[in-house]
Amino acid sequence: MNPIFKHGPSAQHRLVLVLFCSALLIFFDHKMNSFEFIRGYLQSMVSPLQYIASTPKQAIDWAVENIATRRQLIEENQQLKSNELIFKEQAMQLEIIKQENERLRALLASPVRKDAKKMVAEIISVDTDPYSHQVVINRGANDGIFEGQPVIAEKGIVGQVLHVGTISSRVILITDVTQSIPVRIKRNGVRLLANGTGTIDRLTHNFVPHTTDIKEGDLLVTSGLGGKFPEGYPVAEVRAVRTDESRPFAQVQSKPTADIDRLRYMLLLWPEKPTSIFSSKEDLAEPEGDNNAGS
Amino acid sequence: MLAHNGIMIIFTLLVALVATIMPLPLSVDAFRPDWVLVVLLYWSLALPSRVNVITAWFMGFLLDVLLGSILGIHAAAMALCVYIVVGNFQKIRNFSLWQQALIVGVVSALYHLLVFWSQRLLTDVVFLPSYLYPVLTTIVLWPWAFLLLRKIRRHFSIK
Repeated sequence: MNPIFKHGPSAQHRLVLVLFCSALLIFFDHKMNSFEFIRGYLQSMVSPLQYIASTPKQAIDWAVENIATRRQLIEENQQLKSNELIFKEQAMQLEIIKQENERLRALLASPVRKDAKKMVAEIISVDTDPYSHQVVINRGANDGIFEGQPVIAEKGIVGQVLHVGTISSRVILITDVTQSIPVRIKRNGVRLLANGTGTIDRLTHNFVPHTTDIKEGDLLVTSGLGGKFPEGYPVAEVRAVRTDESRPFAQVQSKPTADIDRLRYMLLLWPEKPTSIFSSKEDLAEPEGDNNAGS
Repeated sequence: MLAHNGIMIIFTLLVALVATIMPLPLSVDAFRPDWVLVVLLYWSLALPSRVNVITAWFMGFLLDVLLGSILGIHAAAMALCVYIVVGNFQKIRNFSLWQQALIVGVVSALYHLLVFWSQRLLTDVVFLPSYLYPVLTTIVLWPWAFLLLRKIRRHFSIK
């Protein structure tokens, strides 16, 4: 190296050049969203790095699963057996209720709900960026994932797909600052909007009038308005309601029901076709073609 | 870039990228040091003619893609930090290891604040003191990273 006789443009010129590039990128990515398409390619390009980075964690997971003692396995087995019994009993009841519901819906001439297609995905990396809450999953365009697809875990809504790569994609969580999700209170059907706060265990609700019937412990479920998320999945539980009359609105905070910081497996949903309450009898008679459950 | 074992520079930078996105428990995660920044600063101090602002910008860009942040934010912050260090590399080289560590800490704090400020301009993020925890671990990491990378540089005679 020769620091006295420099080659190429000076450091200042380089800095100005790259800062200009950054400004352009920020403008086109944030304001114009013109990188949605290219992001997919970039995501596919860097996914080897993400797979490498998640190897130690997967090795530990594998070790924990394989180096279990006999006693642990027996305990777990018993636990699972008793759970299965409970679930089977519930499934039987559900079957009866489903039939009854279908009959009633048919009487009302409103469309019968169909089973949506589902797919299990595993998290391969979690973002270390403190300003956004995103995870990367091991499913991509090859599996038919699409942008804006709802993602749930066993206890509730987790988020939606943000960018789709070929073999991996990125999911933005409901706790991200930029995310909002339409919900209703399960108890009385009051509609609210749940906004992410950037904190992993908190959602806020703006513009809630003081007179709204909402109290601690209320379960908030998706309302299905907006068409992004299917209706009826649990989102959060109300944790604090402060009705300070000097403020224009009540301050409501809730905690996501899904363990957002302990996710491992998630379920991707394919939403049902949008249906209207005024649909005709012919719509109801269409054959059930696309209700095959994915792996 | 590839002459004189330059592939090792790229390799160390890739290892730093992997260390940056490796999943860790949430409590440890807040203290994750800035691996990429430390490695970049070492190479820009040792070989300022090979690793400079443009390299830093590309690494920042890769970080943006990996972290899913708005493209260009980490790239700009990284480039600016490396620019400052490259501008003063002859001074910083003569400092002792611990003095260097403190300077790297200041640069790392600047990096985090630059990222925060640009995020603040674009979205409504709120400042939490925990955003600056990585500065502490970066200061602790610097001497070890310095010694290891110097060993690598001498062993592979990267010029």
